[in-house]
Amino acid sequence: MTTTLTKQQRPETPLRDERPTRVRRPAGRRNWLGGLAGWLWLAVVFIPLYWILITSLKAQSNYYASNPLAPPDDPTLDNYQLVIESDFISYFVNSVVVTAGAVIPAVTVSFMAAYAIVRGWRLRFLRTVNALFLMGLAIPLQATVIPVYLIIIRMNLYDSLLALILPSIAFAIPLSVLILANFIRDVPKELFDSMRVDGATEWTTLWRLAAPLTRPAILTVTIFNALTIWNGFLLPLVLTQSPSRRTLPLALWSFQGQHGVNVPAVLAAVVLTTLPILVLYAFARRQLLSGLTAGFSR
Amino acid sequence: MSASTDSARSSGRPGVLPWLAVPALVFFVGFALIPLVGVLVLSFTTWDGIGAIHPSGLTSWRAVLSHPGLPHAVLVTFGVMAASWVVQTPLSILLGTFLAGRQRYRAVLSLVYFVPLLLSSAAIAVAYKALLDPNFGLGAGLGFEWLSKDWLGRPWLAFGVVVFVVSWQFIPFHSLIYQGGVQQIPQSLYEAAQLDGAGRVRQFFSITLPQLRYTVITSSTLMVVGSLTFFDLIFVLTEGGPGDATRVLALDMYKRGFQANLMGPASAIAVILVLVGLGLALLLRRLGGRDAGQSQLEGI
Repeated sequence: MTTTLTKQQRPETPLRDERPTRVRRPAGRRNWLGGLAGWLWLAVVFIPLYWILITSLKAQSNYYASNPLAPPDDPTLDNYQLVIESDFISYFVNSVVVTAGAVIPAVTVSFMAAYAIVRGWRLRFLRTVNALFLMGLAIPLQATVIPVYLIIIRMNLYDSLLALILPSIAFAIPLSVLILANFIRDVPKELFDSMRVDGATEWTTLWRLAAPLTRPAILTVTIFNALTIWNGFLLPLVLTQSPSRRTLPLALWSFQGQHGVNVPAVLAAVVLTTLPILVLYAFARRQLLSGLTAGFSR
Repeated sequence: MSASTDSARSSGRPGVLPWLAVPALVFFVGFALIPLVGVLVLSFTTWDGIGAIHPSGLTSWRAVLSHPGLPHAVLVTFGVMAASWVVQTPLSILLGTFLAGRQRYRAVLSLVYFVPLLLSSAAIAVAYKALLDPNFGLGAGLGFEWLSKDWLGRPWLAFGVVVFVVSWQFIPFHSLIYQGGVQQIPQSLYEAAQLDGAGRVRQFFSITLPQLRYTVITSSTLMVVGSLTFFDLIFVLTEGGPGDATRVLALDMYKRGFQANLMGPASAIAVILVLVGLGLALLLRRLGGRDAGQSQLEGI
């Protein structure tokens, strides 16, 4: 109906529509191409995920006999049991320790630095620090892994979880500072002024004013860094050696190396290592998605 | 001192603020900046990764630059970069425009769309390796001839698989960026175009695309610079193979350094990687008038 309205009006001089025009576009002419792409891509994303899930519930013995896209006749958790018996609980603990141990300090020091940069912009030192962090954004930090390895060896930290935590903090800082500084900049100057009049120090202002007011940004940055570090692969690969120090992605890779033929078990491991993030996704989808793009979308 | 409110504000405590930046600076200098300088220094040495480090002048650079592996790795790196850009950009714009619509079912669809973003590259690679297995994978199970090829065993197929899996993983991310970009385009532009009789396609090319100009630059910068760091995915999926068909620079660095124990040449490759990354970031910035860092400054 809306489309016919527009068509009728077009020949004459554009008349003012009596209804708010904003309502019209979503219901307007259909975006066939976008719709087609949307549904096609849904299939491209969904089919592998579905296959991973149902295969992980099939017994290895009758896995080959069944239609790979049909749900299992009698689902079994044997594969999951095998994965858990292969020490995945301790790899999970390692991942939690590394992620929490890196993200909490990373966000804390980044927040302090961002606050200093915004509030002390007139100081050349802080502008230089800011420029350094910006440069860090443009550099593929993976390329520094060899000297990082050397430093970790020299610090006698090789093959420890701390070896993963320290560089992870450093790699997280540039983007965290950038995003947090953008948000602190939006805090009205009057609020800072009134804190100062009340005699608050910068330290109190930082935690009592800036931190509560920028909580969404802190959450975003925390989630983004947590995902990056939780999913990290290169640092654990290069900086650890013993199986007891593996984090989940590395454990997953070596599990496939050992049980490659046992496809259901490998896929159960994939599901299991992703489960914590999927649970988070179910409960905090909005925060997670904004954390994922971490301010990249304008 | 000027009388501006800025300097007056904390003139009483000039020494506190710089200290707040010090912890972050220490971490960044210790584990990012020093390593960045270190990688340049190490490229002029010989080191097996365990023993002593010996200065050796240009030996590593000569070895790297004269090795036919380098041009090949550069070619593969740019090949993956270009192919994944060509696949991802149009699809991401299309999907982003689609998702920007306010219909209910699109919000439901987007629940599924974003799942690949949550998986680690390692998990994705492990899953696809199983899925594409010529004997035990999905194709073999379905009995489809065309799907049960030796995907990771033929150079061009493996290259295609890498590009596909990269797109599978990252299109959701870029769609999300484009979705945000499309939602910021003023409705009045579309209303005006509609009154002028512009069709859907015309609107897309005359309004949506030009308005997304900066979003395209941001997304492309992230895609291009990000493609230099596809280490985990390719490492787990193909280990750079078959032969060296998917051996990108990052993988070349790892294999020479940590598998062949030639840290000098590996560092030289790392330096090349840094230079390529910086060069691309500068180039894209020139193309778009600003870089990803600046466009983020616009806020969320």
